[in-house]
Amino acid sequence: MTTATTSASKVAAKPVGGSLRFYGVWLIGIIALIVLPMIFSSGGSLTSFSLIGIAIVFALSYNILLGQTGLLSFGHAVHYGLGGFAACHMMNAVVSHGWPIPLPFIPLFGGLGGLVFAIIIGWVMTKRAGTVFAMISLGIGELVASSSLILRSVFGGESGITTDRTALPKMLGWSFGPQLQVYYLIAFWLVLSAIAMYALTRTPLGRICNAVRDNPERVQFIGYDPHVVRYIAFCFAGFFAGIAGGLAAINFEIANSAYLGAIQSGLVLFSTFIGGTAFFFGPILGAILVTYLQLGLTNLTTAWQLYFGIIFIGIVMYAPGGIAGLLMMHRPLIRAGTLWTVIPSYLVAIVPTVALACGVILVIETVARFSGGDAINLFGIAFNPTSPVTWMTAAVLVVGGAFVARLTWRRIAEAWDRAATVARDRGYLA
Amino acid sequence: MLELIVISSLNGVLFGMLLFLLSSGLTVIFSMMGVLNFAHASFYMLGAFFGFQLTKWIGFWPALVLAPLLVGAIGMVVERYGLRNTHKHGHVAELLLTFGLAFAIEEIVSMIWGKSPLDYRVPALLDFPAFTIFSTNYPAYKIFMLAVSVIIFVALLIVLKRTRVGLIVQAALTHPHMVGHLGHNVGRVFMAVFGVGSALAALAGVIAGPALVTQSDMAASLGPILFVVIVFGGLGSLPGAFIASLVIGLVQTFAVALDGSLASAFGPLDPSTGPSVLTDIWNVTIAQVAPIVPYMLLVLILIVRPMGLMGTRES
Repeated sequence: MTTATTSASKVAAKPVGGSLRFYGVWLIGIIALIVLPMIFSSGGSLTSFSLIGIAIVFALSYNILLGQTGLLSFGHAVHYGLGGFAACHMMNAVVSHGWPIPLPFIPLFGGLGGLVFAIIIGWVMTKRAGTVFAMISLGIGELVASSSLILRSVFGGESGITTDRTALPKMLGWSFGPQLQVYYLIAFWLVLSAIAMYALTRTPLGRICNAVRDNPERVQFIGYDPHVVRYIAFCFAGFFAGIAGGLAAINFEIANSAYLGAIQSGLVLFSTFIGGTAFFFGPILGAILVTYLQLGLTNLTTAWQLYFGIIFIGIVMYAPGGIAGLLMMHRPLIRAGTLWTVIPSYLVAIVPTVALACGVILVIETVARFSGGDAINLFGIAFNPTSPVTWMTAAVLVVGGAFVARLTWRRIAEAWDRAATVARDRGYLA
Repeated sequence: MLELIVISSLNGVLFGMLLFLLSSGLTVIFSMMGVLNFAHASFYMLGAFFGFQLTKWIGFWPALVLAPLLVGAIGMVVERYGLRNTHKHGHVAELLLTFGLAFAIEEIVSMIWGKSPLDYRVPALLDFPAFTIFSTNYPAYKIFMLAVSVIIFVALLIVLKRTRVGLIVQAALTHPHMVGHLGHNVGRVFMAVFGVGSALAALAGVIAGPALVTQSDMAASLGPILFVVIVFGGLGSLPGAFIASLVIGLVQTFAVALDGSLASAFGPLDPSTGPSVLTDIWNVTIAQVAPIVPYMLLVLILIVRPMGLMGTRES
């Protein structure tokens, strides 16, 4: 009897606590979105927030493919770009025809632009998964990007299509001229799309998508066609990518062929994968990090894309779960109370790892500025790229740092194993 | 007209053979290890840049040998320390690794050699017209490129089909464990295959560098076409890759050479509806469409025959 009551109360208590925590996370997110521009109100930070918001919607839409359904796409920017063009054309049409459609509804048309293309091309593309799908998405991406330069009347050639967001009918007295209002528009659509995409992961469709990712044969045995499931997921991803494109078109008031190109597709792949594909918040983290790095690093170094490449390769090789995966690894340890046994080895490892990173940065910057001869400023120390002293320092940092760092990483692994064993004994780790 | 056909066929076969040189390495690596090497075109680019640099230091002929060896060694390092560690995370992780690698190589190359095209010249020994047809001089260097491609093709076929090495390679493809039990080091075979594939790509780069443009975006522009070739030919099929290379090489070369459009063909029927998608399609020349022709072929083959020309499996 007692066991029955405790288990019943457990069942009753858990969802309440769980849902409170669940809604709490979303509420905190929404409040942060509202409050952030009040704290960081400069024009530069507003622009950054807007770009990050767009990047998050785009990365989340990409994760419907990569994380949920296991489809690695190299041409996702096609939907983003077509959504941008659709939104631009819609905005111009609204202005010229005098339709009573205010600006906040425009991203929906962007989404439809991405969706329509996904519906048309998706059936052929999703016939096969895995490597073949990746190759085909790359080819289709190139096809659309090159076609956009040929079909000038639709895509405006190299200069693209421009538009004026303030010319649309006002809504609630907002003209959407100031960046702050555009930011809130983006934030609104970000919350809306994020909730919709999260809800999608909870539906039976979302679950069967996961099943298709993990074991398509078995899905076939239980009576679903993996092809159809992939196609539907592809259409959803195209729709939300189109929304992101529409938001970008509103933000920049222009859509051009660069929206559709391979670079844009590569960036969203980077953000999603670096953030982590296994958790819903992974792509959000990744989009924030990559956009922030992109904005911050372009001012500091000419080789910023190389840093992206190196971070990406490092994540693929050593942490395929991404940043979110790394963070969530610690959850059972925290709950088991054994995290403190690992932290000392982390602290020890920081020094050589930072030294190694500095060495790599120094090598890259030395090569990048070798012909230019500009001094490298690393943490306030100036290095001359042509002097042997710099090369020696870089070599010592890289070789020595790598040697010591490997030892400390091994210690982390040992400490981790011990902590995980304890956590497993206490029942917090499967 | 005949002149156009002859010259375009020659150039088309040449480009096709070059594509085959690249896709053969890619196909062998793919069918053996299941890794679709995204960085393959980057190894081709590295070959061109190393070839340029070595030509400057020690001359073209040593560079022709040395640059592929260097790139092959890089490829082996990538296989040993990158792909082999990533293998446990599955094929998508391997593909992503090579994608990141392609990205990084492009950045490193443009960091060292800059973004503008290099002055990579044809060696003096081959800088003469081989023959003249219809008052057009056909350069000897292009004949040399063709000869190298054909020799590599034949050599590859003989090695794979007729030698003991080829036997082990083919066996490791389908039965890696059995080959391992027979006492062959499968890991080393994979490393060697990856190295040879990269070296082949680099060889194509060294010989194509002077004829085509050597610059830091050459991998990004060729890479997608390469994947079209191997999907079109059927993944993992060497004969398929050969046919697809020739088809795409010829189609693209002819498309570039033709200056016709729908408007010129049906001139009197001009719809003249003002600027719209239709006028765009009406007026676009075949030469303008040339860059997207391979991708149109890709879509077409996917609709008609999803496993590719000579492919055997659906996925």
